[in-house]
Amino acid sequence: MAEPLLAVTGLSRAFGGVQALAGIDFSVDAGEIHALIGPNGAGKTTFIHHVSGALRPDAGSIRFAGADVTRRSMHQRVHAGIARSYQITNVFSRLSLVDNVALAVQGRRDSGTSFRFWRPAASEAGVFAEAAGYLRQVGLADLAARPAGELAHGEQRALELAMALATRPQLLLLDEPMAGTGPEEAERMVDLIEHLARHVTILLVEHDMDAVFRLADRISVLVGGRLVFTGEPEAVRRHPEVRRAYLGDGA
Amino acid sequence: MGFYQPAPYQKAAARLLLAALVALPFALEAAGQGFYIGLVSRIMIFALAATSLNLVLGFGGLFSLGHAAFFGAGAYASAILMAAGVGEAFVAWPAVMAAAGLLALAVGAISLRTRGVYFIMITLAFAQMVYYLFVSARAWGGDDGLPLAGRASLAGLGLGGDRAFYFVVLGCLALTLFGLGRLAQARFGRVVQAIRENEARMEALGYPVFRYRLACFALGGALAGLAGALLANLTGLASPSLLQWTQSGTLLVMVIIGGVGTLYGGVVGAVVLLLLEEALAGLTLHWHIGLGGLLLVIVLFAPRGIAALFGGRRG
Amino acid sequence: MIQLVFEQALNGLQFGLMLFLLAAGLTLVFGIMDCINLAHGSLYMVGAYFVAAAAQATDSFWIGLAVGVAATALVGLALELTLFRRLYRRDHLSQVLATFALVLIANEAVRVVWGAQPVLLNPPESLAGPVEFGLFGETFFYPAYRLLIIAFGLAVALGLYLLVARSRVGMWVRAGAANREITEALGVDVQALFTAVFVAGAGLCALAGGLLGPLLAVQVGMGESVLILAFVVIIIGGIGSIRGALVGSLIVGVCDTLGRALLPTLLRALVPADAASTLGPALASILIYVLMAGILFFRPQGLFPARA
Repeated sequence: MAEPLLAVTGLSRAFGGVQALAGIDFSVDAGEIHALIGPNGAGKTTFIHHVSGALRPDAGSIRFAGADVTRRSMHQRVHAGIARSYQITNVFSRLSLVDNVALAVQGRRDSGTSFRFWRPAASEAGVFAEAAGYLRQVGLADLAARPAGELAHGEQRALELAMALATRPQLLLLDEPMAGTGPEEAERMVDLIEHLARHVTILLVEHDMDAVFRLADRISVLVGGRLVFTGEPEAVRRHPEVRRAYLGDGA
Repeated sequence: MGFYQPAPYQKAAARLLLAALVALPFALEAAGQGFYIGLVSRIMIFALAATSLNLVLGFGGLFSLGHAAFFGAGAYASAILMAAGVGEAFVAWPAVMAAAGLLALAVGAISLRTRGVYFIMITLAFAQMVYYLFVSARAWGGDDGLPLAGRASLAGLGLGGDRAFYFVVLGCLALTLFGLGRLAQARFGRVVQAIRENEARMEALGYPVFRYRLACFALGGALAGLAGALLANLTGLASPSLLQWTQSGTLLVMVIIGGVGTLYGGVVGAVVLLLLEEALAGLTLHWHIGLGGLLLVIVLFAPRGIAALFGGRRG
Repeated sequence: MIQLVFEQALNGLQFGLMLFLLAAGLTLVFGIMDCINLAHGSLYMVGAYFVAAAAQATDSFWIGLAVGVAATALVGLALELTLFRRLYRRDHLSQVLATFALVLIANEAVRVVWGAQPVLLNPPESLAGPVEFGLFGETFFYPAYRLLIIAFGLAVALGLYLLVARSRVGMWVRAGAANREITEALGVDVQALFTAVFVAGAGLCALAGGLLGPLLAVQVGMGESVLILAFVVIIIGGIGSIRGALVGSLIVGVCDTLGRALLPTLLRALVPADAASTLGPALASILIYVLMAGILFFRPQGLFPARA
């Protein structure tokens, strides 16, 4: 069997006396949507932070696309092909949508080294054409010139996705993309993620169980910093420990 | 605030101003007021220094309270080179800029590891270190500063005359502003401004944030060094007072008065503050009280003015 | 040589303790309110002038010290009520601009009232001479007044440390420095706490200014170099930490004093005399900044960061 795209082995991290992550073994295969669920405070976002490079583990290793990235910085991992969206919407609110995405495109094209001091960036049609393309993919093409801060919440989440896509990732880390969206917006987001999954592998952290069961190929359950189960959605539904620990017995 | 974009009338206004400044020395001489040529040169030099701080503070979002270190180091470097017999501006001034830029690179490499109040205090502390370093070195004149034997020459032409030197200063300022206008709209400038807006997001888009900040800080230092070299040549002295922390404060006040993160903010601030100084100092010896009061009024009663210009965010 | 080292070590301890009086209030203001205050050094200067003026008027150093400290605390209270309470919700740019304005005003106001010449402040007469004591079988002389400052500084530092480390108010202060929002949510009136810390900080400034007055010149601008030293102390110790302020103060005080006294001599043993006489003072004057850079490189948050 081929090596998984992302392979996490024995990942541990403590904050003060609290063991946030305890010896996590976890993998994501190329092409799948792998959902990570668990109650609040289980360590899901902490885990994402370690995969994206925002935090460093106390122990354990992270391999991505066949290379050990445990010690690599966040921006190096972006260039290796790991992109993320944030749980709390995190866009450049005073810049236009197309500028937001163009920064992502520029970062990828220059490999992060945009030390060009003279030529006006606005004259570089290629960057902006590509940025507009990603906005079209997430359905925001009509709003390209608006400042990102003026968007509705769901639209900002879609913009996050467009920015993550513009880095042309192999693995997309989505941290609660449905959080704070209304039912209609959530519906559109599920469609969007389904559409994106044709081109990119996705690690999805989400509380919306309908969305998780609709989208995920595999589901992993994190409770109290430990991975208690990984399996197909049906198996997760039936697993007694998962029901007790997370879904609640009556669920 | 968003990316820098020149106002529609800006280019025309800049050309008009440049034409007026080219004509000014001739008009002053004709009116028998040649003395003012030196004053205008001085204002333009401070405009250059304040502009260099505005690159760091306004565009880079880096709140440095130690910019005088690079300004003063530039003055000293040009005086030291002059004493070593390097009087050719085309040789000496690039060397001065490189020296000031390297100093900023070293200071930045350590202080940019920190944020917020820490960064403010650390840049201030390093500037104080540079001050003590120059003042305690007897070879460089100690408390008295290091005098220059004469002015630099440009491609062999002497700059001893006030008018000739005025045009050199004007050229430096105009080139710097033109270059910064380009830079702010080029890829590098957009990246630096986006880092000011949201550092974490830029890292997540694959930009090595630290390197951009350091480059911006060093570039600002190099330009401040050029301003220092010009001032030393104008006054004939590299004075320790240029390195004092109050000098950093003065440059900061200029940038804030003129407009943080605007291309001409440093220029406007330098003109306003130095003319105010001329006017108030003529009235009373204790004009600092008036200036301090004015600054307090600006902070307390025009908060939107400052906050809005700096983007309304803390830190 | 031993006598020199011993004497300079005592001087360093004394300087470090005075720095602690300044840094203690400053680090808490930074820590609790995330507010930068450049005018802290001005309070030190104004305090020294108040003490000198009151001592001259009453002909007693001690009454002068008490009056000066009280007056400076009042100035601190007035500043907090009128200015600082509006400042700490603002960005750092506004804080720096406003407190820089205060520095300009304070320097000029002092110049207007007391003139540009340094003002003389005499130590109490009973303490004017040296004290003699034996150590390592040798006899040492050390100025009695400096010994008094050390004793005074130790007492205040200990009292402050106990107050912050042990008392209920101290617990609030530490909590406020570590996380203001949570402390507020616990029902502590952080606003009142801050006023108290600010006023106490102003009083401590005047205490340091008054005690140091007889040793250094009481003059315009005296607050600024000492302010930056207090910054260095806070950077080394960690913002918002009293323990850090104490350790940082002693490190800076002792290193600076010993460096100035001994580095030129040490260098002479290593390099030619003319090079040593050039390098010595320069190295000594930047020693603590190099130290600060070194500490920062390994611990960007300082030695004892108050925030986790």
